[in-house]
Amino acid sequence: MTLTPLGDSAVVVALGCGLDEAGLRRVRGVAEALERDRPAGVVEIVPAFASVTVYYDVTQVGGYERLCREIEVRAERVETDDWWRAARLIEIPVCYGGYGGADLAEVAARAGLSADDVVALHTGGDYLVQAIGFAPGFAYLGGLPEKIHTPRRTTPRTAVPAGTVGIGGAQTGVYPLMTPGGWNLIGRTPVLLFDAGRNEPALLRVGDRVKFRAINAEELAAWR
Amino acid sequence: MAITVIHAGMLTTVQDLGRRGHRAAGVPLGGAMDAMAMRVVNLLVGNAEDAAVLEFTLTGPELVFTADTTIALGGGDFGAGPLWQPVRVCAGECVKFGAARTGCRGYLAVAGGLDIPVVLGGRGTYLRAQIGGWEGRALRVGDVLRAEGAARQVAGRWHIDERILPPYSETPKVRIVRGAQAPEFDGTLTTAVFKLTAKSDRMGVRLVGPALTRRVARELVSSSVVPGTVQVPPDGQPIVLMADAQTIGGYPQIAHVISVDLPLVAQLRPGDTLRFREVTLEAAHQLILDRERALALLREGLAQKIL
Repeated sequence: MTLTPLGDSAVVVALGCGLDEAGLRRVRGVAEALERDRPAGVVEIVPAFASVTVYYDVTQVGGYERLCREIEVRAERVETDDWWRAARLIEIPVCYGGYGGADLAEVAARAGLSADDVVALHTGGDYLVQAIGFAPGFAYLGGLPEKIHTPRRTTPRTAVPAGTVGIGGAQTGVYPLMTPGGWNLIGRTPVLLFDAGRNEPALLRVGDRVKFRAINAEELAAWR
Repeated sequence: MAITVIHAGMLTTVQDLGRRGHRAAGVPLGGAMDAMAMRVVNLLVGNAEDAAVLEFTLTGPELVFTADTTIALGGGDFGAGPLWQPVRVCAGECVKFGAARTGCRGYLAVAGGLDIPVVLGGRGTYLRAQIGGWEGRALRVGDVLRAEGAARQVAGRWHIDERILPPYSETPKVRIVRGAQAPEFDGTLTTAVFKLTAKSDRMGVRLVGPALTRRVARELVSSSVVPGTVQVPPDGQPIVLMADAQTIGGYPQIAHVISVDLPLVAQLRPGDTLRFREVTLEAAHQLILDRERALALLREGLAQKIL
């Protein structure tokens, strides 16, 4: 475990674990442990990838070194199994290709596959949420089958619509808002990944499992 | 009391001290770009420091007040009246802000604070997700905002000690602490002069200068970023992340602007230049503690003068 300052108001606790189930279990466990028993001055705890970022208010912390020790002590005595039993499986319906998936053919051609093969591989994957960020509700998903890993586009698009599903390198995900984006676009989901009006605005949490399911254009249009 | 927008200005939004507790859902901190100016103008009208204010950019709005009240202006000078003191406005009075004479962002606090619903723990406008503030967007002509408070009684004539304010400049020295990838770069960041480009907004300011070259080609796993993070994309031109920055970024992090100097960056206009100077984390912490002590003294002093 290494602690690295992130500016003067946060510290990144790198756990040195993988991003498989066991690794994310540890990340989530450490975040929960810190949440349950917050050291003084800690204002926010955010799990992401193989680390947990702890945001603090230096006026409420009894010294930075002390904060780091308090974080380490809590992180070292983590129980994770309780949390993992509550991990969720979330299904995301996707209409592949068409206007929402302008790059599907290119992704297929690059992989030497048909568009249907790409869809089969993408829906066949069992994904884990490694982090939420980049935009509200955006989930970084691990578990994309290697055959359809596709480098980011050299020129990002200035506006990708909300609900667009993309592939960027070894990652896949859904754009929760209209934002610029450099990923290859393969489809579109009617599900809202982020809704400020919901009790829990982000659909996904770090550690959740995700499956994509193919729907057709009629189902997409009729979705409510 | 209501405020009617006659002209909206270039980008006028409701802001506060930001949202806390939603970064795990990917929601940025947000809030005023120059949080120090925003806190001071609130104190000057007897508000809590985090009351909702207006933030305007490069060209300010024109506003009509429907009742007597007290306002305070701060940050950049938009030519609408004295900065950093309570100002009485009367019912029907029009306050017209022009182009910024100094700085980039102006703040207007009104007694009682703007009456804006809390969304995800904040009243600030987060434009990218269209949440918070006034209907999740920048103000437009015809919008009518409400504020709770009546005019304040201000005792005597006085000025605040302006040494409490950041040393605003068009050519500031901005202090940084090291970022996780600092060892992968040479010392150019702290020796060169960087110019602010027009491709700068509430998410981040883009700088141009001599390209910062990374000695390592390894692609990074994305990781947390904060307002102030100086990231270096492949073209070597640094970006300083600001209030509305995303919570996670994939570019190398060469440095982080220290909290007390972020207002200096927030007030730069395209074409202004800055230099970076490295300080220790301990120094950055001490500067925050000093600033908070100074603000506490100001708060106490004003409590006697604003009723």
